[in-house]
Amino acid sequence: MNEQETHHPGAEVEPASTHGTAVRLDEGHIVGTGGLPERFTNPGLPAHVARAADLDEAAAARAEKQVATLFGLSILGTLAFIVLYFAIDLDQTVFVPGIGVTNASNLALGTTMALGMLGIGFGAVHWAKTLMPDEEAVEERHPLRATDESRDRVVQVLAEGGETSQITRRPLIMYTMGGALGLFAVPLVLQVAGSLGPMPQKSLSYTFWNGGPSGPGEEPEFRPLRLMRDPEGTPVKAEDVTIGSVFHIMPEGILPNPDDPEAEYLEEHVLEEKAKAAVILIRLEENLIESKKQRDWGHQGIVAYSKICTHVGCPVGLYEQQTHHLLCPCHQSTFDVKQDCKVIFGPAKRPLPQLQITVDDEGYLVSAAPFAEAVGPSFWERG
Amino acid sequence: MNALAARRRHPAAIAVLLILGLFLTGAVYAAFAPKPADATTKALPAQTVEEGKELFRANCASCHGLNAEGRETGNGDKVAGPSLAGVGAGAVEFQMGTGRMPLAGPMVQAPSRGEVKFTQDEIDAIGTYVASLSPGPERPSAEAVDPTKGDPAKGGELFRVNCAMCHNFAGAGGALTRGKYAPALGGTTDEHIYLAMTTGPQSMPVFNDTNLTPESKRDIIAFLNTIEDSPNQGGMTLGSLGPVSEGLFAWVFGLGLLVACAVWLGSKSA
Repeated sequence: MNEQETHHPGAEVEPASTHGTAVRLDEGHIVGTGGLPERFTNPGLPAHVARAADLDEAAAARAEKQVATLFGLSILGTLAFIVLYFAIDLDQTVFVPGIGVTNASNLALGTTMALGMLGIGFGAVHWAKTLMPDEEAVEERHPLRATDESRDRVVQVLAEGGETSQITRRPLIMYTMGGALGLFAVPLVLQVAGSLGPMPQKSLSYTFWNGGPSGPGEEPEFRPLRLMRDPEGTPVKAEDVTIGSVFHIMPEGILPNPDDPEAEYLEEHVLEEKAKAAVILIRLEENLIESKKQRDWGHQGIVAYSKICTHVGCPVGLYEQQTHHLLCPCHQSTFDVKQDCKVIFGPAKRPLPQLQITVDDEGYLVSAAPFAEAVGPSFWERG
Repeated sequence: MNALAARRRHPAAIAVLLILGLFLTGAVYAAFAPKPADATTKALPAQTVEEGKELFRANCASCHGLNAEGRETGNGDKVAGPSLAGVGAGAVEFQMGTGRMPLAGPMVQAPSRGEVKFTQDEIDAIGTYVASLSPGPERPSAEAVDPTKGDPAKGGELFRVNCAMCHNFAGAGGALTRGKYAPALGGTTDEHIYLAMTTGPQSMPVFNDTNLTPESKRDIIAFLNTIEDSPNQGGMTLGSLGPVSEGLFAWVFGLGLLVACAVWLGSKSA
């Protein structure tokens, strides 16, 4: 411990000449002389303070017991984990204040494992803090550079190796080896590039409303599609849509129709098609609609809009029937249905695309044209 | 005073001040917040149109007009109370049976869990009167809202498409625009859930019987009952609000615990 007083790192800097001119923070206000000392004194490390366990054997014994208790708790926790793992049925539930009814097995295994792990951790830390040596020590940094002889020797060994392997004398080996290694990297890159799938082509601009499957390479031909309830898959009559109603719609042919088991429906890429084709169907008082195009593309105040937000493609489904606002739950983009779904708040930049609808001979709502523009967020090739 | 001044730099001083300030603000708000006027007349046993009309005139007419025709405030297009044409006894039961009406004062939207201020007989009487003005959604039969007769799996599918965007996947509610909100659905009676769908209260759209058939509505009620009764397999739900509350919990308690451990690790043993 005395070592501490004799060895001050940086003590080589002579403190005597400037001693007393530097202002210490605990001295209160001192009127300075305006001059800076030539060198600041290295204050060195603060004096070592002995811990209770260093001075008092009883305190050390107490610390030993505390550490042993923590390790003991860990043992108990782990043993309890093993027992409870077999004892508690997986479906058993238990009421815990603040959590409610919860799974007993999860709770018990989590608690006992936490006890087992924290007991070891806290025990080890407490041991280190109370009983392991804690004298402050300074290790000087040594230069990392090897001696000149070693460095020369390394160069010599490498040069000799090159010489004896004859690579410098036989260039054919050198070039073929270089070619083999360079070519070997190609399959790795190829796998990554090849697994990116086909190019999207026009699939981002088409939806199922274009007449059918709209994946990459597909060129669907337009035909009127009935508006089907999601998830039931039943068609909607115009008279069903009363004022203030909201229907969530998918195009005919994606979902199985319970009324018509013969009808075809998609078996592949259903989610991709649903993600582009989702439509929300709303009926407003016709005189509330401010846009002529919106009125013309609807049917007696029934209007259909893409449900995919033009910001980053979340489903815009929060319709407030009193204000006629459609709200996107992700970033609060708000669209005014009275004004052709114009953006009135939030980060979206374009109005929601409207789907032109009409009624067929049987009175069901059908699409009159595909979406006039790509639905959803912007993308590079968007026209 | 000197003792107080001496402690003004105490580490706990800021916390004490904050708590004091919050408490005072709350107390002042509680003292000045608008309280509902109590104009309840005596309880009426029978439910006739006449008695309903009397109750309506005493308790509802100040906003909804003497003949339920609605009243404007004269301030822009704001209304004191909308016309009640076509709302039916169902809407009366929903609004009054959940304590939303009568409203204590003009506000963005009626609170979802107010105190019910009328007896069921009085609500029924007012409902009969309002329904007599023009037809509207009726109260459902007990069978129509019986969750044991519904299919919770199908109800869950319908709920996620039609309801979850506003009311949250677990029915925990969510925010709408300008202070409006979709209330949490836990604790709502089966009949009130049914009526909310048929009447479309406040911001909520109407889900009539051609949109969601009565059986579908019963499935949704069955689903909501199921998720309310099912145990929280993952432990504390933190309001079932998703990443916001979970992130806050992780940042405050998870990080707090790590900071506490780091402080303990760095401190010298006594």
